[in-house]
Amino acid sequence: MALSFIEGNEAIGRGAIASGCRFFAGYPITPATTILNTMLTLLPPLGGICLQAEDEIASIGACLGASMAGLKVMTATSGPGISLYSEHISFAVGSEIPIVIVDVQRLAPSTGSATRGADGDICFLRWGNSGGMPVIVLAPENVADCFTLTMHAFNLAEKFRCPVFIASNKEIGMTRESVDLDALATPDIINRTPSPAGKPFLPFQIDDDQMVPDFLPIGSDIPVRQTSSTHGTNGYITTDSQEISRILERLKNKLESAVAEFSFYELLGAGQSETLVIAYGVTARAAKSVYRELKSSGQPISLLILKTLWPIPEAVIRRAAQGVKRVIAVEMNLGQYVWEIKRILVDQHLDFYGQMDGRLISPHKIKEIIIHG
Amino acid sequence: MVSLLNDARPPVFCPGCSHERITHTLDKAFQNMGLTGDRVVMVSDIGCSGLFDTFFNTHALHGLHGRALTYAAGLKLARPDLKVVVTMGDGGQGIGGAHLLAACRRNLDLTLLILNNFNFGMTGGQYSATTPPDALVGSAFLNQLERPLDICQVARSAGAAYVTRCSAYRKDLDAEIQRAIEFEGFAVLDIWGVCPGRYTKKNRLTPKTIDEALAGLPPVEGIVDENTRMEYGRHYRQLSGNLKPAPVPPKIEAEFQSPAAHRQELTLLGSAGQRIITAGEILCLAGLTAGLNTTQKNEYNITVMRGPSISELILSPQEIDYTGIDRPDVIVALAPEGVDRRRQIFEQIDGNTLILQAAGVAVPNCQARIHQMDLKAQGIKKPDWALASVGVLAKLGRIINPEMLAAALKIKFKGKTLENSLELVEKVATV
Repeated sequence: MALSFIEGNEAIGRGAIASGCRFFAGYPITPATTILNTMLTLLPPLGGICLQAEDEIASIGACLGASMAGLKVMTATSGPGISLYSEHISFAVGSEIPIVIVDVQRLAPSTGSATRGADGDICFLRWGNSGGMPVIVLAPENVADCFTLTMHAFNLAEKFRCPVFIASNKEIGMTRESVDLDALATPDIINRTPSPAGKPFLPFQIDDDQMVPDFLPIGSDIPVRQTSSTHGTNGYITTDSQEISRILERLKNKLESAVAEFSFYELLGAGQSETLVIAYGVTARAAKSVYRELKSSGQPISLLILKTLWPIPEAVIRRAAQGVKRVIAVEMNLGQYVWEIKRILVDQHLDFYGQMDGRLISPHKIKEIIIHG
Repeated sequence: MVSLLNDARPPVFCPGCSHERITHTLDKAFQNMGLTGDRVVMVSDIGCSGLFDTFFNTHALHGLHGRALTYAAGLKLARPDLKVVVTMGDGGQGIGGAHLLAACRRNLDLTLLILNNFNFGMTGGQYSATTPPDALVGSAFLNQLERPLDICQVARSAGAAYVTRCSAYRKDLDAEIQRAIEFEGFAVLDIWGVCPGRYTKKNRLTPKTIDEALAGLPPVEGIVDENTRMEYGRHYRQLSGNLKPAPVPPKIEAEFQSPAAHRQELTLLGSAGQRIITAGEILCLAGLTAGLNTTQKNEYNITVMRGPSISELILSPQEIDYTGIDRPDVIVALAPEGVDRRRQIFEQIDGNTLILQAAGVAVPNCQARIHQMDLKAQGIKKPDWALASVGVLAKLGRIINPEMLAAALKIKFKGKTLENSLELVEKVATV
């Protein structure tokens, strides 16, 4: 076993390269800047493009253009940049453009605190697109996750032709950590499905057994259309309500019906548990520390660490909570994902602890909630 | 010469709209160049200019208002072989102003046709960035308050290498468009036209008055000599072509036995310029040489040359879950700025904590054991204090030992820097 010492942001960059990412555009913003730095170091020598764009709107816009030209693309920012990305997130959702978007979250609303962490964008990522269509959000817990979840993110973006978010946090992105890079469980690479040669091509046409249209890049022998407007299967604007409804329902169903395929999570201590703690992101690490301590003293506790946040892995949450007397949700905000858990576990006793002051939630605090409620 | 117009989707502009004329002129330019639809991408955004992509049998990317140049940049960088033609209105030029400036500065080989008809036709004739103050438009008196933008002047001063101002009715517009497309670099055409659906309902603007207005302005036509330079994509490929692949992060095998049997937390409290973060990294690398798990978090002011510099480190034979430090095992106090920023931790520590205290740096009263270091008296300069402290820690056999530290320095440094740092940690005294 050999250990490397890298930060979460660098691991995301290296995971992207390992996934075949060949285009990155970003705009400097703490705590995401070191992803831009990493890509600038890694991409150009590989013949890839790393662009520092004039603003965040242009960063993601350039990515969408490059993705339509067939490249695997990524951009990275923090909350203020996600705000500016919004119109292009909607474009990527509605027009099925594969892209990986990293949000290294920082504290508080607006410009907030550049060098303090939080998980304050968790619902913003889900709901920050006009039209409210589902997106995929993966939440790393450590440097190893930053690498492997980024690879999954590329695979999912390619497979489902959609934006996939990495919901990181300053506390992961800018924390350096020892990691055995050779021991990571990395997935096989998935590429978007090309439209078979000879088959008539319509940019948003699917076969009966498909949920996601085949892809041809702009620049193919056949002219390819892409549009941000409400379109039919031919990629032209349409007012046909039946066709519109078919396509929009497909956008929803292609992700929500498949969530079992990409429900990443870790469940510790299932079976003899009375108290289930649910956490994600860097907070899961404090929860794990408490879990280990209490479990070793024989307490009936379990811990569910969610790494797929959206679409919500409802089945995973229900299964983990089966038979427990009490569920405790902990998150580094003042209560966001807990409302989804409450909706899913409507009949179960649910306690919540949230904290948003730039400090990590400590194991001590979580233990206090577990013991004293 | 084959037309690239889409027979199934003929133009749908208002009768008399100059956009329709430009549509046909652009097609003529494509024909003159013998281009086929698979070689051309039409990139458009919102407004009547945003209808253009549907009229052509080419590749097309239609997106959000004012953002066409952003998609075009990604497309062209990914596929330098394609002809990328962007259409925007005066509205899109206004909302996407930052992108226009960036495109001018960048000089990527794109052709931008600004279909300038002096108002927002599609939404009701509101004023745009180019509406004259005396025009009657759908924004009441607001256009009287703002000065219209001279797109060509802006483009030239922002570095555009090819800028032309002309009328949609210009006889040789097809040839001018062809020149712009064939130009290797960013080409902007500010094409003045009429909007019969909105603007000319209340304002007199005809091909003749456009010509008169253009005649009253200094001509802007074609290549801008002072902005002539290499095309961005070509330049990018030239500069990046010889780069060596970036090294992979060092992989460090465990070869030593650490004195630490369980999780150890350290906080280095210093100030800008003391190389606190580098010292923290070296301490962690030393841990790695003994197979310890490590984490490092840093804190410093955004004005990096002033203020506190803090590094928080955890080294542990076990997996590190929580990365916070509430009660460090070791505090290294090297500057008052750092000590002040972490004043509260001194209230939480007890006799189990060891403080390495640089002479002259006061620490709050506390229960910790204190190890004094007079680094200045040993002739060690301030930028070396942090690394010297790590040397002290190694000599004390606390968490790391001297051979782990030497191995870490060999991973981090080379040449003279390595020699100097090895010498420093060797010579630093523990008393």
